Amino acid sequence: MDQLILRHASDASRLLQILREMQEHFGHIPPHSISRLAAKLSIPRARIESTASFYSFLHLKPHGEYRVLFSDNITDRMSGSQSLMELMCQQLWLQPGKVSEDGLVSIGTTSCTGMCDQGPAMLVNNRAVTRLNHQRVQEIVQLIRNRTPLNDWPEDFFRVEDNIRRGGLLLDNALPPGTVLRAALELGGQRIVETVKASGLRGRGGAGFPTGLKWEACRNAQGTDHYVVCNADEGEPGTFKDRVLFSRQADMVFEGMTLCALATGAKKGFLYLRGEYRYLLEPLQTVLQRRRENNLLGANILGKSGFDFDIDIHLGAGAYICGEESALIESLEGKRGVPRNRPPFPVTHGYLQQPTVVDNVETFCLAVMAVHMGAEKFSAIGTAKSTGSKLISVSGDCQRPGIYEYPFGVSVREILKDCGAVNTAAVQVSGPSGACVGESEFDRKLGFEDLPTAGAFMVFDESRDMFEVARNYVHFFAHESCGFCTPCRVGTSILKQTMDKIAAGHGTRHDLAEIENLDHVLQSSSHCGLGRTACNPVLHTLKHFRPAYESKLKSLDFEPAFDLDGSLARARQMTGRDDAGAHLKENE
Amino acid sequence: MSEKRKLKVATTSLAGCFGCHMSILDIDERLFALLELIEFDRSPLTDIKHCGPCDIGIIEGGICNAENVHVLHEFRKNCKILIAIGACAINGGLPAQRNHLDLGSCLTEVYLTEPGLAHGHIPNDPELPLPLDKVHPLHEVVKIDYFIPGCPPSGDAIWKFLTDLIAGKTPELGHGLIKYD
Repeated sequence: MDQLILRHASDASRLLQILREMQEHFGHIPPHSISRLAAKLSIPRARIESTASFYSFLHLKPHGEYRVLFSDNITDRMSGSQSLMELMCQQLWLQPGKVSEDGLVSIGTTSCTGMCDQGPAMLVNNRAVTRLNHQRVQEIVQLIRNRTPLNDWPEDFFRVEDNIRRGGLLLDNALPPGTVLRAALELGGQRIVETVKASGLRGRGGAGFPTGLKWEACRNAQGTDHYVVCNADEGEPGTFKDRVLFSRQADMVFEGMTLCALATGAKKGFLYLRGEYRYLLEPLQTVLQRRRENNLLGANILGKSGFDFDIDIHLGAGAYICGEESALIESLEGKRGVPRNRPPFPVTHGYLQQPTVVDNVETFCLAVMAVHMGAEKFSAIGTAKSTGSKLISVSGDCQRPGIYEYPFGVSVREILKDCGAVNTAAVQVSGPSGACVGESEFDRKLGFEDLPTAGAFMVFDESRDMFEVARNYVHFFAHESCGFCTPCRVGTSILKQTMDKIAAGHGTRHDLAEIENLDHVLQSSSHCGLGRTACNPVLHTLKHFRPAYESKLKSLDFEPAFDLDGSLARARQMTGRDDAGAHLKENE
Repeated sequence: MSEKRKLKVATTSLAGCFGCHMSILDIDERLFALLELIEFDRSPLTDIKHCGPCDIGIIEGGICNAENVHVLHEFRKNCKILIAIGACAINGGLPAQRNHLDLGSCLTEVYLTEPGLAHGHIPNDPELPLPLDKVHPLHEVVKIDYFIPGCPPSGDAIWKFLTDLIAGKTPELGHGLIKYD
């Protein structure tokens, strides 16, 4: 442990990384280690516990030698994850969420792991296992019973396919590493910023902020240090494009970050990689090392004196909210991932309150292409206000799920045709926080003018119950709310309870009205985007699929949220009574 | 011109501590002004046992047993506007702390394991209402129109809320009056 702390230079801003590595070593974070860590880092114990308790993948108690987490996105459920989880629980004599008595194994669920095109998926001790089926689950049960170390499991279990179905600007890129950086050195920082601005490139994380403006603001901001952060916390259910970019175009991502460093004067960069992609850590570190050896990172890059820049990889630990840029920065600083008040924005007050650019993985890649092609050629691709291409992560009811690259402006209908989707009822564009698009809107076009997207494209055919889809998303938001502000913490839970009440057959029209009231509260008073978008799945499905809700209602003004008579059953049993007074009617 | 009809108001305490009713009394001498505008039906203040048709029902406490359910249904049936007052009515409050325990083990612990109570058997007289397996807030059993949070809400908050309501205004408890503890 002392070695570990030394490796992180006893730096409290490395707390999350230290805790994550401790957990990898001990299986959990043992209580006795917390006091020692607190002393070594000179921070209070409470600070460590507060960070450790925030992240789903950090545990203060033992969670079994094998910690199995089924990915619980709707696409995993559609391919049978729930019955596979039941099967596994049965075979291991376990209840979900409990650790087996011998401390061997625990089974639970986790938010989307980004394997939607090859699900159902699970994480075993934070390693992704894909393409689950009955046979694979039974084999895994056997491996766990035999206490086979993960490294000795069949490699095929951990195989993650890229499933590239349609290439383009990014995916077909074959430029040797360093090409664009070398050319950019001739341009200099100011010209890079101007090119990116003129290219019309907008952020690919969903919000679509003009990238050139962001870089310029950071370049001009006063500070002792500038930072470049790549947001690879790809947590939006249904999105998996960053994972494919890392497996195919990792150099391009790092080249983009280095380009940004050149433009902003940053000396230090961070890649914030979601914990679910832990398996990518070593391959990415190898790429970084190669780039250092080729003088594409480090001191005096490509021989230009004073151009120093290096990149550190930070791993997340299972918190969707850390995809929000200010929460991500908090997490980078080793704290709970609670979004900051904005303004000030990260471009002036980011990492350690210094000017910081936070961009999506895809944005950095596209910046490389914009500089390489020149603004004019780049902006000719796509539409007027959405230039360039977009990676779309297609999953759900279609024959060819995977990654598709299109110029912006492609219609929903075209993508559905390309991926072989038939009898499509709806598409969830840009994940739960995006838009649910019904058949009447399939001619809408992807782009910031019409249907903005961060990349998720989940297809639902007519056999799917869209109420259940929305309910799955509502559960997701309730689980992922960071808990900082009351409207979101409480509101997402009430929304979840109301959806569960309707699902259990106790719902009424009054509950639908309550959902609409609640949406208003969440949208108008939440601290960050999570709360504001948490009701989108419900609002959109209510718009397109209201009968899916109405068919579950009892057509009464009000119904209790639970079975009144059933709630006396235990007392009847304990007292042996069965008289009239020992029963209740639902309405009198 | 005929005098304006007095509004009928009923109040009750279910699984609560009567603290909210004490807070109603805390509106002090304004009670006289209030009585110019309203008349109490069923309420601990009148000792009327069942409520007739009312304009406003005010309920303190959550739902912990079968009798609470009957009373709540009676109120909902007779009151045009039903108000949940206080933490227990809104969230279950203190009584709901038993919700994480199994009712059976609670009864066993109290009546069978501990000596000296009920001669070693769980009371089963039909006169006694059976406890529900969990304590619930009011709005899980019937529709509630308004909520006044607080443990208890202050007399001033209750006064402001009722006078707004009686005047036909949507009640608004601004800063200082709305609180949750």
